[in-house]
Amino acid sequence: MHLKVNDESLEVAVDAERTLLSVLRHELGLMGTKYGCGEGNCGACTVLIDGEATRSCITPVTSAGGREITTIEGLANGDELHPVQEAFVEHTAFQCAYCTSGFIMSSAALLDRNPSPSDAQIQSALSGHICRCGAYGRILKAVKSASGEGGAE
Amino acid sequence: MPEFDFAQPTSLNDALDLFAADGEVRALVGGTDIVDQLKTGRRNADMVVDVKRIPELQRLELTDDGLHIGAARNLTDIAEFPPVVSDYRGLADSSLLIGSWQIQNRAGLGGNVCNAAPSGDTIPALLSHDTVAVVASKSGTREIALSDFFAGPGQTVLQKGEILVELVLPLMQENSASSYLRFIPRNEMDIAVVGAGSFVQLNPSNNTVLKARIALASVAPTPVRARAAEEVLEGNALTDDLIEMAAVAAVESATPITDVRGSAEYRRELVKVLTRRTLGICRDRING
Repeated sequence: MHLKVNDESLEVAVDAERTLLSVLRHELGLMGTKYGCGEGNCGACTVLIDGEATRSCITPVTSAGGREITTIEGLANGDELHPVQEAFVEHTAFQCAYCTSGFIMSSAALLDRNPSPSDAQIQSALSGHICRCGAYGRILKAVKSASGEGGAE
Repeated sequence: MPEFDFAQPTSLNDALDLFAADGEVRALVGGTDIVDQLKTGRRNADMVVDVKRIPELQRLELTDDGLHIGAARNLTDIAEFPPVVSDYRGLADSSLLIGSWQIQNRAGLGGNVCNAAPSGDTIPALLSHDTVAVVASKSGTREIALSDFFAGPGQTVLQKGEILVELVLPLMQENSASSYLRFIPRNEMDIAVVGAGSFVQLNPSNNTVLKARIALASVAPTPVRARAAEEVLEGNALTDDLIEMAAVAAVESATPITDVRGSAEYRRELVKVLTRRTLGICRDRING
């Protein structure tokens, strides 16, 4: 089947019952997207499909065929990090960082739709993500600073 | 996941051929329920049919005869559709409570309905709007009142070869409003302990209730209408006392079980509280 991942068109031979996450990680070697709970609860596997934050662990790969898939590896513009990535680094918005790529993908999708979200809107958009280290405070600060209203502290 | 065949039809006719085939054929919309169920063996499938690319199932349109929502339309689109935002507010309330934003981007309204969970959040909202399900098979289409659509936990009245095409909500009348609330211990990624959806239409000249609909989730094997409470409301002036009487009457329609999320007694109390609150929200929304 045909997949479009990070602006690259790819042909992959995979079984229909594979999840998008499994194909990204094990066929395409894109290990930045993480397997957390495997049932759509924790947010670690979040990627963008046609710009929308989506759980790749409960998305059959076939239903993503022909769509624009963006993973954490495709978010930067060459060597230039995405503003959300910059902000996460700036604010050390992680500890173990297992959840980070999922948080960043949802945050990027949020800011794409709403460049100046309120704190409540950020919390709502990220409420489906779990950080077991509890870096939530820093994550919210990072997203806020990457938003139109944020700026440097 | 266990092995299954997969198809992605782009026309309703092609899909109906697939659903008529032998074996267990399951529709995939967002996959937020079915993929997990297939992984854990709670449902099985010989074939999974992705129905998201069928135009009829993506319909989202307000026409002279009501609001048409294709079964595969995702919850984010529905909750942001201007007529839903302004008039079908109980549906917007419930769509924005399901899972999280990432789930809402994927999950389809028809998926929530056909998954037929007793706790399905959009279902009370749809029931409160007298929604009709349009169902198709190779032998034609039929309409089923959504109140007759559920057969048990996870079970619908759909026959082999039939699929849900769209849900049709009647046009909203003047001086009417809807509301949905659920109780959960946290704000996201949880399942309703109890959910309540209400619809009220008032006669503005004397504040009497012309039409009332109340539906409940997580208190019976299927989402249920609270008909006794509706009867308490209709024909009477919508006072705080009447709302309280309706809230008490709603408990008659609840036959909850005790489980990990709450005791039966607690759920009956929640039915009263959520019915009262949703009726109050309907009144506030009508009064602007």
